[in-house]
Amino acid sequence: MAGIIQIDNLSKQYGGGTRALSDVSMDIEEGEIIALLGPNGAGKTTLISIICGLVVPTGGTVRVGGHDIRTDWRAARRMIGLVPQEIALEPFETVMNCVRFTRGLYGEGRDDAYIEQVLRSLALWDKRDAMTKELSGGMKRRVLIAKALAHRPKVLFLDEPTAGVDVALRREMWQVVEGLRKDGVTIILTTHYLEEAEEMADRIGVINHGRLLLVKPKDELMGEFGRKTLTIELDTALEAIPSALAGRGLELAQDGRHLRYDYDTRADRTGIARLLGDLAAQGITVRDVSTKQSSLEEVFISLVDDGDKNSAAEDAA
Amino acid sequence: MMSAINWPGVWAIFHHEMMRFFRTIMQSLLSPVVSTTLYFVVFGAAIGGRIQSVEGVPYGAFIVPGLMMLTILQQSVSNASFGIYFPKFSGTIYEYLVSPVGWIEVTMGFVGAAAAKSMMIALVILLTSFFFVGVHILHPFWMLAFLFLTALGFSLLGFIIGLWAKSFEQLQLVPMMVITPLVFLGGAFYSANMLPPFWEGVAKLNPVLYLISGFRWSFFGLADVPVGVSLVAVAIMVGVCLAIIRWIFATGWRLRE
Ligand SMILES: Nc1ncnc2c1ncn2[C@@H]1O[C@H](COP(=O)(O)OP(=O)(O)OP(=O)(O)O)[C@@H](O)[C@H]1O
Ligand SMILES: [Mg+2]
Repeated sequence: MAGIIQIDNLSKQYGGGTRALSDVSMDIEEGEIIALLGPNGAGKTTLISIICGLVVPTGGTVRVGGHDIRTDWRAARRMIGLVPQEIALEPFETVMNCVRFTRGLYGEGRDDAYIEQVLRSLALWDKRDAMTKELSGGMKRRVLIAKALAHRPKVLFLDEPTAGVDVALRREMWQVVEGLRKDGVTIILTTHYLEEAEEMADRIGVINHGRLLLVKPKDELMGEFGRKTLTIELDTALEAIPSALAGRGLELAQDGRHLRYDYDTRADRTGIARLLGDLAAQGITVRDVSTKQSSLEEVFISLVDDGDKNSAAEDAA
Repeated sequence: MMSAINWPGVWAIFHHEMMRFFRTIMQSLLSPVVSTTLYFVVFGAAIGGRIQSVEGVPYGAFIVPGLMMLTILQQSVSNASFGIYFPKFSGTIYEYLVSPVGWIEVTMGFVGAAAAKSMMIALVILLTSFFFVGVHILHPFWMLAFLFLTALGFSLLGFIIGLWAKSFEQLQLVPMMVITPLVFLGGAFYSANMLPPFWEGVAKLNPVLYLISGFRWSFFGLADVPVGVSLVAVAIMVGVCLAIIRWIFATGWRLRE
């Protein structure tokens, strides 16, 4: 079955000459959540902007629900909601009117009950009569989301939806996304946070220099890179790793007071309990422990570095 | 592809633009009323003392159509240009570009609202003038028709200016440098027949003269140029502006990258 979004050989060269997208092809299935990752300037916003109709591609085609975005744009756009990266709102308009307005633009009749539901789900109902200029940055971003949902889109684009949103709210927004997933909405989001892609996405795409380096199911990608580092802070410095603990892949920091231990989060036994037990048996007092996930950021930096090497090799060839 | 017009979309834009107008209704109406009053005091009383009448019409009444035209041209251009420039400036233009509204809906919404606003203001000026002079309108239907067509034509022009402008300076440039001079030279406060023959010829190159002349005819039954010519002039203006707007949206000029 063809995906709800079919992107074929999409390219974009801006007027100034910047090649923002090169030959990107991808199929997105109905109901899935895709996270697009990539460094600043990778071309994520350009890709989204083309699909939504803000930017005209220089090559390739996009179909949304089978409708070509250039020739059958009305039908294509009816299916799409966009939350742009930059916050842009009418300053003197109330939240409620903003959302009603968008609903109208999409050709839908007034439905305040539905808008109430959307505003409540985004914790904006109390602010419905506030002017948007009176809202905080995070609230404004949620108003943008409410607007994007005003016409019940089948496909939702979220360009860095949680930039500038605090941690608690970020969690709430993930729940909103989860709710939309249950309603069968297809979601394409960009983010710089690994946690977010991990939390929400079914598949992850990595873009750099306008090329789509890979699109993979999240689990597969995390399996490849899903390692964690445990750092153990010791009460007193060690000269060297005790021989009883040798061969475990432990690393002692320069200062002698920190032990680092890499482990696979997916392994049946991470070996952490045994390690801590052995340290106690050796009479080594542990002061503190912390763990750090190899972030998707790191994952894609390693990918991106590889990509850069490959393209350098291509250029050389 | 031919598809039906998205009427809720048109209404959303129109309503949104009108609400902005009503939020500041006092400023919107007060300033034209004040300036009209000033015009009456200055032109009507001071000059009117010397010029008793123009072609049989008392001077105070003679300038009413010109004043209304001056206002409608200025208001149409500034309302429509600001209406579309502001979303460009604030970034909310993206909404119009990603939603299922095309040039027809956007133009009807913005230009319709701009024309409606300037017509309302022009009618308020007419009401104000009743306090100063007795104005009798010979052809009320044609008066409204000219009012509407002129508001439409210049709102379309303003819309184009708003699409073209990249800064607030540019936004104000055309109204200040082009529209206002054309109105003053277009016979708002005199009849072209009062000019020496050479200057009368020059004045007739000014498209605004045809509007004011036709409009004045609807009041007093006298015109500098035949009424039919005035109607054709404004119809051509509407057509040309529509073609330009259509082109802008088709190519995405200054709208889409
Ligand atoms: N309107 C424009 N005109 C010219 N070049 C542009 C324009 N918009 C983007 N670019 C260029 O295209 C490239 C891709 O930009 P894009 O905004 O798509 O990146 P991004 O992946 O969204 O980055 P970020 O994570 O910073 O949002 C960049 O080199 C950028 O400078
Ligand atoms: Mg971006």
